[in-house]
Amino acid sequence: MRDVAIISFAQTQHRRAVRELNEVEMLMPVLVDVVAKAGITKDRIDFVCSGSADYLAGMAFSFVMTLDGVGPWPPISESHVDMDGAWALYEAWVKMQMGDVDVALVYSYGKSSPGNLRRVLTRQLDPYYLAPMWPDPVSLAALQARAALDAGVVTETEMAEVVAASRRAALSNPSAQLRGEVEASSLLSEEYFVAPLRRHDCPPISDGAAAVILAADDVARQLCERPAWIRGIDHRIEPHSLGVRDLTRSVSTEQAATHAGVDKDKIDLAELHAPFSHQEVILRRALGLGDEVAVNPSGGALAANPIMAAGLIRLGEAATRITCGAADRAVAHATSGPCLQQNLVCVLEGE
Amino acid sequence: MPELILPARLQGIEQVRSFRAPARLDYQFTAGLATTRFLRAVAEKRLVGQRCPKCQKVYVPPRGACPTDGVPTEEEVELAHSGTVTTFCVVNVQFYGQVMELPYVSALILLDGSDIPIMHLIQEVPYDQVHMGMRVEAVWVPDDELGPTLESIKYFRPNGEPDADWETYKDNV
Repeated sequence: MRDVAIISFAQTQHRRAVRELNEVEMLMPVLVDVVAKAGITKDRIDFVCSGSADYLAGMAFSFVMTLDGVGPWPPISESHVDMDGAWALYEAWVKMQMGDVDVALVYSYGKSSPGNLRRVLTRQLDPYYLAPMWPDPVSLAALQARAALDAGVVTETEMAEVVAASRRAALSNPSAQLRGEVEASSLLSEEYFVAPLRRHDCPPISDGAAAVILAADDVARQLCERPAWIRGIDHRIEPHSLGVRDLTRSVSTEQAATHAGVDKDKIDLAELHAPFSHQEVILRRALGLGDEVAVNPSGGALAANPIMAAGLIRLGEAATRITCGAADRAVAHATSGPCLQQNLVCVLEGE
Repeated sequence: MPELILPARLQGIEQVRSFRAPARLDYQFTAGLATTRFLRAVAEKRLVGQRCPKCQKVYVPPRGACPTDGVPTEEEVELAHSGTVTTFCVVNVQFYGQVMELPYVSALILLDGSDIPIMHLIQEVPYDQVHMGMRVEAVWVPDDELGPTLESIKYFRPNGEPDADWETYKDNV
C-alpha cells in the first residue's frame, strides 16, 4: 500500500442560508484556502474529486459549474461522486494507490437552502414503496431513536448530554453554526419535535463547503511537517429497506472499523458524523470507543451539517488535530443515507 | 411478460400493475453576486460581463469565476448590444411549453467585447437567411417592461453591417 496523508483542510463558516452566493462563489474561497494552506500552487494537483448532490440544487449536473472554481484548463483529471465528500476522498485515495497521482484535491459542498431539505431528502429511499409516503430524514431518525430507546441502547439523558457536549465543543470552532453552554437537564425540559427527538437532537440545516489536499509518500513529507497519514480506510453499506436492518446498531460501521484497523492501537480522538444525537451513541458503540476518547472536539454534525460536506469535514477536523500535534491517532467517520445506512471509517496517524 | 403466479390466498385479487407517485419539489434559485449584478444591469438595459485577470477573457453572463483559470473575476466590462452569430439552429419541432411560431432560429451570439456567446432568438429575417458571421443587434422590450431577465431582450435582428470576419469568432464555434 502507498502511504497517503491529509496535508491541508479548509471549510466555510457554515450558515443556515448563504443567500447571496451561488455554489461556485461559496466554494471558491475554500479552494483558494486549502491550496494555500498546503503551500502549493494549483498546477501541483494531479487529480480532483468532488462530492455533491444535484437534488440539493434542484439542477442536473450542478457540480459541473463548481469546476469553474478549480480552473479545468488545460484539461484536468477529475471525477465526482453524488455522495458526501468523504467518499470523494476515498476515490482519490484509491486512485493514489495506483501510483500516478501524488497530490489530489478533494472538495464537497452542500447548499440546502434553495429547497425544503426535509422534503428533498425524502427522495433518497426507493421510489416504489416508500417514496409515496414522503419519509423525511427526521421522521426516519425518530423511528431509529425510538427503537434504540426501547432496546435500552440509549437513554434520552445520554442524547441530551451528546447535544450539550457538541454545543460546548463548538465554542472553539469558528466554522460551527450552533454553539453555547447548555445543560443536558434544561435540554430535556424542551418539547418533542418529532418524538422522541427534540429539535436539538436534530442537526441544523446548513449551507457550506469543505476541501482537503491529499499527498502521497515523500511528497506529503516535503509539503507538510506532520502529515495525517491514512492508515486504514473502509466503507460498508446496509440495505436501503429499513425493515431488514437492525436500526439499534450500526453493523456497517462495525465492519468498516474492523477493516480500517480501528482497534489495532489506542485512539486519542474521534470525529463522528452523527447528524442525530442518538446516532453518536450507536456509533461510539460500533467503533468500540471508550470514555477516554475525545469525541467530536469540533462539535460534530450537530454543530453544523452541510449535507455532502459534513462527512469530509470529520476527516479534515481529525487530520488537523494530528497535523498540529494535538493527537497521534484519530478515527474519522462519515455516514450517508437514512439512519446510518452507509458508513466510512478512516484511521489517521501522525509520525 | 410472464403471468404472475400468486399464492392461493391471493388468487382472485386484482393485481396491481402500476401506480403513480407524483413528486414536486420547489426551489429558490440563487443567482449569486456576479450573475445578480448582470441581471440588475439588464433591468437597466445594459449588458455587463466580467474579465478574467489572468487570461483576459470576458464572460457573460458572469458567474464570478473564470472557468478556464479558476480565479475570481471582479472587473466589470460594459458590453455592446450588437454581436455576431457564431452558430445557430432552425427549430422545426414542437415541444411542450412552446411559444414561438415554427420554424424559428435560436442562435449563439458573441456580443462585441465578450469571449463567450449567449443564446438568444434571431427575428426580423427569414429563417433560411440566418448564417454564421451575421451581425445582429438586440431588440429590447419597452422600458416599462424591463426586468432582471434575459427576456428583457425580445430577440436579436440583423443590423445591416457586413458579415464578421471568421477570425473574429472562430474560437467560439
